[in-house]
Amino acid sequence: MAQHANSNQSPTPGWTTIIRPKTGWFDIDLEELWRYRDLVAMFVKRNFTVLYKQTILGPARILLNPLLTTVIFNIVFGNIAGISTDGVPAFLFYMAGNTVWTFFANCINNTANTFVANSQVFGKVYFPRLTMPLSQVLTSFLNFAIQCAMFVVFWVYFALTGAEIHLTLWVLYLPVLVLQTMLLGLGVGIVVSSLTTKYRDLAIAVGFGVQLWMYASPVVYPLSTLGNQPVLRTVVSLNPMTAPLEVFRLATLGTGTVSLGGLAYSLVFTLVALVLGVVLFSRVEKTFMDTV
Amino acid sequence: MAEKTQAAPIPMIEVEGLKKQYKLGQIGGGTLTHDLQSWWARLRGKEDPNTIVGTDTRLFGQTFMALNGVDMTVYKGEALGIIGRNGAGKSTLLKILSRITAPTAGEIRIRGRVASMLEVGTGFNNEMTGRENIYMNGAILGMTKAEVDQKLAQIIEFSECGDFIDTPVKRYSSGMFVKLAFAVAAHLDSDILVMDEVLAVGDMKFQQKCLGKMSDVANQDGRTVLYVSHNMSTIRQLCTRCVVLDKGRVLYDGEVEKAIAIYMNTTDVNLVHYDLAEVPRMNQSAGKRLRLQTLDFIGKESSVFADTEKLHIRITWRVSEPFAGIHMKMNLHARDSTPVGITHPVDIGAAQPGSLYTTDFVFDPALLGEGQYFFYLDIFDGSLAQAVCLDKPVSEFAFEVTSGDLSMPEWASGWGRIHFPPVTLLEG
Repeated sequence: MAQHANSNQSPTPGWTTIIRPKTGWFDIDLEELWRYRDLVAMFVKRNFTVLYKQTILGPARILLNPLLTTVIFNIVFGNIAGISTDGVPAFLFYMAGNTVWTFFANCINNTANTFVANSQVFGKVYFPRLTMPLSQVLTSFLNFAIQCAMFVVFWVYFALTGAEIHLTLWVLYLPVLVLQTMLLGLGVGIVVSSLTTKYRDLAIAVGFGVQLWMYASPVVYPLSTLGNQPVLRTVVSLNPMTAPLEVFRLATLGTGTVSLGGLAYSLVFTLVALVLGVVLFSRVEKTFMDTV
Repeated sequence: MAEKTQAAPIPMIEVEGLKKQYKLGQIGGGTLTHDLQSWWARLRGKEDPNTIVGTDTRLFGQTFMALNGVDMTVYKGEALGIIGRNGAGKSTLLKILSRITAPTAGEIRIRGRVASMLEVGTGFNNEMTGRENIYMNGAILGMTKAEVDQKLAQIIEFSECGDFIDTPVKRYSSGMFVKLAFAVAAHLDSDILVMDEVLAVGDMKFQQKCLGKMSDVANQDGRTVLYVSHNMSTIRQLCTRCVVLDKGRVLYDGEVEKAIAIYMNTTDVNLVHYDLAEVPRMNQSAGKRLRLQTLDFIGKESSVFADTEKLHIRITWRVSEPFAGIHMKMNLHARDSTPVGITHPVDIGAAQPGSLYTTDFVFDPALLGEGQYFFYLDIFDGSLAQAVCLDKPVSEFAFEVTSGDLSMPEWASGWGRIHFPPVTLLEG
């Protein structure tokens, strides 16, 4: 609805903003988004402030959550169910999977309620709405970075005590992997947030859906254990999170099943989800205040 | 300055053929579960369990034009007031101008940066300190961190909150909160400032300070101010031009005093019957569990009453679920929207879904001075302390009070609205 002066749709020179009925499918003003980068930074800071000040355990929660989850995975899936971990220490195996998965799940869960959770603010003032989900995934990224640091500490401990782990050249791919995971989470999250403007209860379904999705991803088991089960293997291979999880463990622990086809599929899926998300988001953001 | 007044004024905002359409009736159930329920009910030919009570299904899909072809131009350095009754389209116009929602048709062209204040303190976070919130609020309003840095001292000084600036705002009084919020918005480096009745808050002294600041913004800085208010005295004080909106159109555009006079006349005292089933409600939850259908002034051809007369009013309403006790009060306003007072709530009884209820009541205007008034009806559940609003249509039920009492002097506007009974002289 709004173009800037450099847009060729501006009929008279000198106008900086033109407000029109919504038109077009891909109506996102990236230049404007960039001008609001300080706002994104403020939101990230606020998200952290809220995390610190309104929970009993405060910042410790960031480390305690993945630590406890890893311990529980270790007990349930490692000791009781006895699922293979491809020969690497079970604790590190679960922590690697859980760290990446938590990052992805946070990206989705925190962006999925963008419109409904912020309808109060969105109804009173304009700023590029994408700043909200962007700040959420950046917050998730900071959490991820902190959890990665913890992973490194345990990694060093296990390496020093002689465990069978080694870094591979895939480590160089990790920045791409992190970015991809973040964008996939963002894409899926904003698709859902756009749909929740019409269907509020979808937000509740998302939490549950993400939980189920985890079991379809090689978080608590390696892809290699599915070798003799073609149906399960197909399902898990269709999951765009499979490749990032396997690559992360291949890079940091030295075991993982990675195919270039699977990797390419995952990247294309991410791109499609992101474009679809942005298109839906830009459709919804202009008039959702009329229906909320 | 001379150049400014003699040269052709620079248009800052051009509004052309602006329309905004809202759909009446149901816009989807809001949850997937409800939509599926409704679909299942329709499939079996049953009544939709999620329909708002008393709505006529024939109205579904019909539309309501909140703005119906608005054209106006606002020039540099102007302070333009926008007035109009509830539902005239003021808020919709501001929302479109501030890019909160998109128009259905038409176009707005804007020159420069718009800062809109439809509410003070949007995005304030209670856990953060005053200083942090200045940065937060500034960023939301479109300032960069560097710009806020530059204005920080000015903002803190204007807000009068200097001593508490590093305290979380949850410890602020509501007055301090508002002062801080206004200070941020007023110091924005914007070319156009859009404001919606934000001055209705804060103490008198601070209100005057805000008005002064806004006048400076328009007169000295040559910026443009758009101001929506029900408060005619602030419109008079601030605005250089005024637009009256009525039913989504521009009724008048020009001199402030003339505009106010025209606005006053839009109150219709000849109406004695109101259909309420389809009019918008004051808030989202209103009109769902209980819905007013009609309101009538009984036994009158016009709603002009002598102060010795009583208003006989009849309302009809429906409920969608059983209620044990429903309370009602009237919120009285003078015709310029100054609040006058409320009536003590009354219990209008219990109700079961299905039938149309009729309630007659009497209001005695004996205490009201001569003049035009209107009231809103407020129906709620529970006691006043923890009332849950059941219904509150935006309709303003207008009436006029005339005085035949020759012992009363002619009513002066500075007297307020109420005349109390004479004092009682004590014997001896």
